[in-house]
This record gives sequence, structure tokens and C-alpha cells, in this order.
Amino acid sequence: MNDFIHGSLYGGGIIVVLLTVTAMALWFERKMAGRMHSRLGPTIVGPFGLLQPVADVVKLLQKEDITPEKADAALFNLAPPMGAIAAIAVAAVIPFSSSIVAADLEVGVLYLLAIGALGVLPVFIAGWGSNNKFAMLGGMRAIAQSVSYEVPLVLAAMVPVILSGSMKVSDIVAYQAAHHWMVTWPFFLGIPAFAIFMLAMLAEANRIPFDIPEAESELVAGITTEYTGMKFALFYVAEYVHTLVASAVGAALFLGGWDGPFAPGIWWMVAKTLVLFAFIYWTRYSLLRFRSDQLMALCWRWLVPTGVVLVAASAVWVVFAG
Amino acid sequence: MTSGPALLAYLLIAASIIFGLLVVTKILRVVARRESPLKRQTYECGEVPTGVTWVRFHARYYVVALFFVLFDVEAAFLLPWASIVREAGTRGLVAIGSFVVVLMLGWAWATRKGALRWQ
Repeated sequence: MNDFIHGSLYGGGIIVVLLTVTAMALWFERKMAGRMHSRLGPTIVGPFGLLQPVADVVKLLQKEDITPEKADAALFNLAPPMGAIAAIAVAAVIPFSSSIVAADLEVGVLYLLAIGALGVLPVFIAGWGSNNKFAMLGGMRAIAQSVSYEVPLVLAAMVPVILSGSMKVSDIVAYQAAHHWMVTWPFFLGIPAFAIFMLAMLAEANRIPFDIPEAESELVAGITTEYTGMKFALFYVAEYVHTLVASAVGAALFLGGWDGPFAPGIWWMVAKTLVLFAFIYWTRYSLLRFRSDQLMALCWRWLVPTGVVLVAASAVWVVFAG
Repeated sequence: MTSGPALLAYLLIAASIIFGLLVVTKILRVVARRESPLKRQTYECGEVPTGVTWVRFHARYYVVALFFVLFDVEAAFLLPWASIVREAGTRGLVAIGSFVVVLMLGWAWATRKGALRWQ
């Protein structure tokens, strides 16, 4: 019972902060995109347009909820909440400081990989359930992409597990605090593993340059074509939360999590997460979208063998040198 | 600390917030809904939709799915070993190594055959 209360308190706090940061991320992204494109971004609602996310949420809340008559209504309505919950669920095992963690599972890494992979299911359900050709194509692309990038993701996430000898995320962070960050040493394992991990996480979250399931210039709006109001918004909640959580997981597994001098751990974790998050946006507005076949070739011909080599190399390192 | 109940609490909160948003949007719909046959039609850029959506897809997806199953099973075998690499030592290394080498030989053969080429 004690654990249940602990989980509710910390979980409630983490989820509320997560959703607030997600809303503010919309503002941040538009502002940053504006600066990168020599525009201003939102300026009207509130000082510096800071209240723009509030306006957006209020607007989306009161929009009409339409289910197309040809759609498979049950699947169509199930997909958006399922996607959003799956995205939020991953954050349960992330330690935001040495004590702030909702549910510190023994199999944390396995859990976050499994639940992270679950995110593709609602995307395909939405594509299929909409009974719309654009949505269907988007869903098909999504499933091929996410299923492929799952493999390098697992392989890259295995490197910190091997080096630290634990699947518990807080143990991995504690190991890094006691020894060294995964990216710094052995750097010939840490840096490529971190790069593959971030690439695969971007692909899983369907972010540019891997946003082919949505691809607004080819597929209208991909899987979200038929969605309106809050259900439409939930897909964006899922995408942004997934990106944010991916940054937090990257920070925890490779950048030492809450480890850092001078300031309390939570600030370091937040700072590292937000830096990775901003980097993802930077990528988004700098790069073009990949073609589907290039995407698959990159994954299966380069990332997967590299990942296998990294796993083998880190095991050899641990057994003989570590 | 056992984390099962904590995780359950976390998931319950996540689910209630998300479904709560959907309930709020239902309640907030104060404007009367104007029905029209066009509103609920499938959107295909303004054209009347033709043909069916639920068709069979090209078999290239089949190869990708097959590869995924192979490598995902590999991951399922590797993960338990990954957390005890130090304890398993050289013996574990040889056992897992031979398995991975066989798998990657298969991968190399499939790549050479062009199974992963998009055509």
C-alpha cells in the first residue's frame, strides 16, 4: 500500500510536470523554428506569446469530435488515448534525481524498451481504423519504420546495461555517478551507442528526419488525417511526450542522469534532458525527411550491424578490461 | 521497495488524466452539432472517395517483419545475459558470441542476396 501511495504521489507529480513541459515545448518549438527561419514565432497571446499553449489547449478542447462514417469506430476512438498513455507510461522508470522516481523497476531498461515499442500499435490502429488511404499509408510506413528501428534501439540500450551490469535505470545512473558517464569512457563504445540510441529514439517517436508516417507534404496528415479536436491533440501529446521521455532516457542511460557537481541532481537531469530535447528540435528544422527506402537501408545495413558490434565489443571490454 | 504497486498507480493516473481530457472535451461541446452527410465523409482532398482502403500490402513489408522477428528474438536472448556479462565471463562470451556470429552470417547472406533492397 505504501508503494501505491509513493507511486501515486511521485507519479502524479511527474505526469503533471511532463504534460506542462509538453505544452510549453509547443511554444518553445515554434519560437525556435521562428528564430531559425528569421521569423518571430508566436507573439500575440501573453508576453512573448507564452500563453499560446494555453490558448491552443482551450481551442482544441472545445473542437467538435467527428468519427467518419466508414471508420472502424472502436479502433478509431481507442488509438489516441492508447498512444498518449503508452508515451507517458515510459517515464515511470526514469530517475529524475536519486530519490524522485515513480516506479524503480528491476527490469527498467526492458520495461522502457517494451512500452516505448508499444507506441507504434496505436499509430497503426489509427491508420487502419480511419479507413482513409492517406492514414493507411501512414500507418503502414510507421509500422515498418518503428519495427525496424526497434532493433538498433535495443542493441544500443544494451551497451549501458552491459557496462553497468544492471537493468535498473537508477542503478545505471548510480554506476555512472560512481565511475564515469557512459559517453565519456569507454568513449569508442559510448559515443556510437549514444548516437544510435538517439537516432532510433527519434525514429520511434516519428520525428523529422524520420516523420514519414505523418509526412504532411505527401500524405495530407498521415494517420491524423481524420482526427479532430482532443483526439487529434492526443497524437501530438503522444509525440511530444515520447520525444521528451526519449531525451530523459538518453540523459539517464548515457549522460549520467542526475550526476553533476554543485547543483542538486534534479537540476542536472532537467538540464540534460532539455539540452537533448532542444537538439532534437534543432535537427528537425535543419534536416529534410528521409525516403522510406533510405530509412530502411540505413537501419538494416548500417545501424543493426554496428549495434551488434558495439554489444560484442562492450561485453569483451567488461570481461577482459573492466 | 517493490515497484509493482507504484507502477500500477502511475499507469492509473496517466490513464485517468488522458481519459479525463476526452471527457472534458465532450462536456465543453456547448455549440449544437450540425449534422451533414459531408461532414462524416472520408477525407480525400475534397474528392468523392473511390475504392477500398483495406487492401493487401506489398510483400516487402513481409521481409522487414521477418527480420524484425529474428532480431527481436536475438534481443530477448541477449538482454538477460547483458546484465550479468561480468559474472558469465569468458564462457558466456563464447556461448553468446557463437550465437550472434551465426545470426550475423545469416544477415550478411540476406544482404548479399538483396533481401533488404527496396525494389
